[in-house]
Amino acid sequence: MKSKLVSLGMTALAVTLLISCKPKSVSNAVGGDAAQKAYVAPGEYDEFYNFVSGGFSGQLSVYGLPSGRLLKVVPVFSVDPEKGWGYSEETKPMLNTSHGFIPWDDLHHTEMSQTAGAYNGKWIFANANNTPRLARIDLKTFRTAEIIELPNSAGNHSSPFGTENSEYIVAGTRFSVPADNENGDVPINSYKQNFKGHISFVSIAPETGAMEIAFQLRTPGVNFDLARAGKGKSNGWFFFSCYNTEQANTLLEVNASQRDKDFIMAVNWKKAEEYIKAGKGKKVPVNYAHNTYDEATHTATSVMKKEVLVLDVTELKDIVYFIPCPKSPHGCDVDPTGEYIVGSGKLAALIPVFSFDKLQAAIAAKNYDGDYEGIPVLKYEDVLYGEVKKPGLGPLHTEFDDKGNAYTSMFVSSEVVKWNVKSLEVIDRVPTYYSVGHLCVPGGNTAKPYGRYMIAYNKITKDRYLPTGPELSQSAQLYDISGEKMQLILDFPTIGEPHYAQAIPADLIRNNGQLKIYDINHNKHPYVTRGEAESKVVREGNKIHVYMTSVRSHFSPDNIEGVRVGDEVYFHVTNQEQDWDVPHGFAIKGADNGELLIMPGETCTLKWVPLKSGMYPMYCTDFCSALHQEMSGYVRVSPAGSNVPLTFSLGNPVPAK
Amino acid sequence: MNNKALFIAGFAVFSAFIIACGGGTTESTETTGGSEKTAGTTQDPSSYDPKRGEGKFDETNVQIGPVDAAMATKGEAIAGTKCLSCHKLTEERLVGPGWKGVTTRRTPHWIMNFITNPDPMIDKDPEVQAQLELCLVRMPNQNLADDDARNILEFMRKNDNAN
Repeated sequence: MKSKLVSLGMTALAVTLLISCKPKSVSNAVGGDAAQKAYVAPGEYDEFYNFVSGGFSGQLSVYGLPSGRLLKVVPVFSVDPEKGWGYSEETKPMLNTSHGFIPWDDLHHTEMSQTAGAYNGKWIFANANNTPRLARIDLKTFRTAEIIELPNSAGNHSSPFGTENSEYIVAGTRFSVPADNENGDVPINSYKQNFKGHISFVSIAPETGAMEIAFQLRTPGVNFDLARAGKGKSNGWFFFSCYNTEQANTLLEVNASQRDKDFIMAVNWKKAEEYIKAGKGKKVPVNYAHNTYDEATHTATSVMKKEVLVLDVTELKDIVYFIPCPKSPHGCDVDPTGEYIVGSGKLAALIPVFSFDKLQAAIAAKNYDGDYEGIPVLKYEDVLYGEVKKPGLGPLHTEFDDKGNAYTSMFVSSEVVKWNVKSLEVIDRVPTYYSVGHLCVPGGNTAKPYGRYMIAYNKITKDRYLPTGPELSQSAQLYDISGEKMQLILDFPTIGEPHYAQAIPADLIRNNGQLKIYDINHNKHPYVTRGEAESKVVREGNKIHVYMTSVRSHFSPDNIEGVRVGDEVYFHVTNQEQDWDVPHGFAIKGADNGELLIMPGETCTLKWVPLKSGMYPMYCTDFCSALHQEMSGYVRVSPAGSNVPLTFSLGNPVPAK
Repeated sequence: MNNKALFIAGFAVFSAFIIACGGGTTESTETTGGSEKTAGTTQDPSSYDPKRGEGKFDETNVQIGPVDAAMATKGEAIAGTKCLSCHKLTEERLVGPGWKGVTTRRTPHWIMNFITNPDPMIDKDPEVQAQLELCLVRMPNQNLADDDARNILEFMRKNDNAN
């Protein structure tokens, strides 16, 4: 109530101070029709899927737009006991790396697969920022289908950006380090001699989406931040923002902010392909994990790969050029036509816009401003199309609409600025709450933006929601950008922490052949149980395999005796249901991992090692029917060496002995 | 960073705008992406025929003769995976009713309709609704192909010693 009085007072004050409205003032933060614009009636569907990176949660969250409703959290790089991800025997290999099983990572960016510069609704790619990896999520199943580790890399931030037909998804290292097969046990202050950057070009098989590291570019040691592929006329080129061209190894806050300009690195990847064909690549020994999830066996496998093809861009000419870009550039975004490349210097008071045509002319003229470790540096003015003057403070990222406009997030001044790409004039600005990071316009990174909405993913939440202790939910804001003025229409909380996100028209996903069940007759899991008649319990030494079925509302078998302390028990549970949205769960007392959540027709395995003799109930965790509470059973555990025979049953009690 | 100051400044400007201009634009927009209707429902519940059930089968497209042993064997295999977790072959109820005698109580096309299109029939068929009060579990749609359903019917007929 008190806050209401305060805000009333503020309103009164504001009214007395400002007597007329100025159309050019900060746009109306919340118009009277905002609720109507963001409202999706119960039972109705949203217009867009919004795939939002989960940052330090390691997961991918999916929201509907314009409602902001949470539709799903897809586990990717972090374990998820709710879904058994990283806990079931089938999914553990997905999180394997050259450092062993890793239960967590930091997912920063998303990239939708594309055909001819437009989203195709097949897959979405995501990066692991800590232990460098790239993931592919299948959008028919909303499951992580593949994870590939990136050798020679350290901090996969400049990823997973892709070409206009998803020929390649790139993965540029944030931290330069000595390569994996070089001695890394060197003084940290030998950065300039020993530290190198590596950028992976990961090829995507057009039909299956299967990922392979096609080649890596070995570069001078700098920090790679973000990237975008060329499109249309600039297809065949890739642009990477670089900072720390000072090559500092300590107190980067100061030491990597010395130079007036860092670089955007322009890569001619078609030229790199030519060098590869000509046999100029070097096979370098490495060790990295490549993990794939098989839809037929419902099981992941992890394979260690031993070699990668590397092109050294300081030795091979005509692959890489440096474009000077002011003040530690962060975002590096290419407009829908492919002509304009927008650099966002975090500490700059302007936004430089580079021209692809001018870049080509400058390269043809070989009019360089010297070199940086052997790589030609172009002249800023030769490549510059123009500058957006006084856009705001702290430009970070730019997205584009379908009308020739750009939207740039301003971290320091906490606003989004809309400007015209051709005229470089600022058209409108809106506040964000607070300290915006990434932006998303549906299709905003492609040749075919959909426009309509813009979402700001904010770094600070403060007082936007009811307080929940020291930690607050993350803050996202939805703006209607269909008119000239941007209009805030919705706040919605997200899981932490949202970085980049993409939005795609709902029909492209919901009509892509969404999987509703796994056909039990095509279940190729080695421990599948097709029907209760096949359910059984088998001892192999100290391993016990339980071939179990689940159906509303019982397990078969539901009584098991003869398990002994020292045994490893594997519950292979096959859900017999063949109806959409009828998963069953499985949990047993004392299990030191997660539950299983088993989709219709699927088989999942929970490993359980009982530590003491006694009686252990098991039950279905996902409310499945009116008799869900009855869906349960018992496992009797006897001491090691016990001679209780191994028996199992359903509906036919074992006589007491 | 002084977020609070920014916020207050933003709020003041916004408040002034709202009060002075009466709440911005009033443009209304279509916000829905359309909803998906459940497949297989008919408009009028009174048109439901309890002898035929509801679905694609009737007397004209389900013909029966002497039990076809090969079809019944295929049906038994499918039933083992998709049905027998819940149904016994005797008259005893497990999750759902036992199968013994079902082919004498129901027409062949009613059975085929029910096992391929259970949801609308559970909603409309008085006898199925009575059954639901006993079993308390709605029979799931097990996504049976037409051939699977026909073979299961043959297996049910064999189980009932039909001629």
